[in-house]
Amino acid sequence: MKIFSLASRNIKEVYRDPVSMLLGLAMPIALLILFSSIHKKVQLDMFSPQMLTPGIIIFCFAFLIMFSAILLAKDKESALLTRLFTTPLKPSDFILAYILPFLPLAFFQTAICLIVGAILGATFQHLILVCIIFFFAAIICICLGMILGSFITVNQVSGVGSLLITAIGLFCGAWTPLKMMGGVFETIGYALPFAHAVDAAKGLLTGSSFSNILGNFYFILIYALALFVLAIFSFRWRMKRG
Amino acid sequence: MENNNIAIKTNDLTKIFGKRNAVDAINIKINRGEIFSLLGKNGAGKTTIIKMLCCLLRPSFGTATIMGYDIRKSPLEIKRIIGVSPQETAIAGHLTTKENLLLIGGVFGLKRGLSIERAKNLMELMELEDRKDQAQKLSGGMQRRLSIAMALMSEPQILFLDEPTLGLDPNARKSVWNYINKLKREKTILLTTHYLEEADSLADHIAIIDHAQIITSGTSAELKHKHKSTQSLKISVDNISSDILDGLMNRGMELITTMNSIVINSVELDFYSIINYLQTKNIKIKGIQMQEPTLEEVFLYLTGKEVKNENL
Repeated sequence: MKIFSLASRNIKEVYRDPVSMLLGLAMPIALLILFSSIHKKVQLDMFSPQMLTPGIIIFCFAFLIMFSAILLAKDKESALLTRLFTTPLKPSDFILAYILPFLPLAFFQTAICLIVGAILGATFQHLILVCIIFFFAAIICICLGMILGSFITVNQVSGVGSLLITAIGLFCGAWTPLKMMGGVFETIGYALPFAHAVDAAKGLLTGSSFSNILGNFYFILIYALALFVLAIFSFRWRMKRG
Repeated sequence: MENNNIAIKTNDLTKIFGKRNAVDAINIKINRGEIFSLLGKNGAGKTTIIKMLCCLLRPSFGTATIMGYDIRKSPLEIKRIIGVSPQETAIAGHLTTKENLLLIGGVFGLKRGLSIERAKNLMELMELEDRKDQAQKLSGGMQRRLSIAMALMSEPQILFLDEPTLGLDPNARKSVWNYINKLKREKTILLTTHYLEEADSLADHIAIIDHAQIITSGTSAELKHKHKSTQSLKISVDNISSDILDGLMNRGMELITTMNSIVINSVELDFYSIINYLQTKNIKIKGIQMQEPTLEEVFLYLTGKEVKNENL
């Protein structure tokens, strides 16, 4: 109940800014259509909607980092958070209440990208398992936003957020498979959870069994749990700073 | 055994930021149902005290109890019985008045029906209309009233009001004072202010804080009595010549004259000598009145600083 009250306020706050929401949804779709039209001309497999859609979805999620960080940083600066810190809410309540509003958005991003991908000719399998992978990937991005929002100001979010969106786009292998980049890029990419989410989703969507992507799944799961705990600690730190 | 009538008690409460003592071994006792005011300049340490008492900041040394709960050991229990209106207007700007109140009801775990009822009552008490506008579009005074109403939503036993009228025009300030006065005796209120008038008119007990320390405390009347820096005597007369005024000034007295009165200020007033002097000069005395110092004079005497019109 306590969590839902704050979550419901956060939902109103997030969805009262439709321009950002539209950007988070429209830009990846535009990219999906653009790369698919390139694919039609040059027949590069990596630009096929089948291969491109999972990467685009993760790229979509990168926007969640910015949205969630902005929400928290704004509340931090408006003194509303100070008031809420004097209520019996615990740091874990806060984090859950700030994560919840972004989950429907992550679901819409996933659904729209999959629908557009299918319209462009992709065929997808194991959709429920893919949704589980994307659920944890979304949690990773939202928690990253929470951590960022705990430490930096609203003005700093746009700069740092843009940098992270670009980095995630690059290191998740959304446009170019990491194996093609090789070297340091591949090492860094696979040390992060995003490329694992893309690989796992690609595998499942093209018919691989869950056991084949289990390694990727555990990698994502551990990252999601670790970042959730880290987000709680960041929030606790912020609460102690008053 | 702890006195049951004490709502807030601090014990050498101290906060150090780096090398700076923001609050230095503060000891205060606030009785239940009392309005207690911490009066001091900006940066004196008032907000830091409130933040420690609300469990937002951990003390560096010392501790405090709120209704018997120790701020170091039982922050969650304390948060259930307090209401806080921070210095900045802490409202959710995009929500309506009612939504803001329901948000606080929700985070305190109140049932929806009870929340709606309390929100309605508080909107009536604070004369806040159930407008569909977002709270950010309300006037400064209404936002302050909403902020106080939000602090009351959980029906707290203790209310912390940090500079509740900061930045408001005199009318809006007076109206907020009226609402605070309505809560007198029902709640224990700790309010910080740098408006002397505010402390004087609202508080049962005032503590003057300067450079992180409480330099004196008592009721407004006690403070005025205890810290008379100068004495004032107002004498009503018909006419007085400049020679006579010069005679008084030559005795080391500071004078303020109007058409038919003289106000004499002096560190030590020799009442009889003044009256004798005026009578020997054949001045007809129509009335004599000893004047109390104002709280501002007490504050000036103790801190050597003006507080009025700062940071407005």
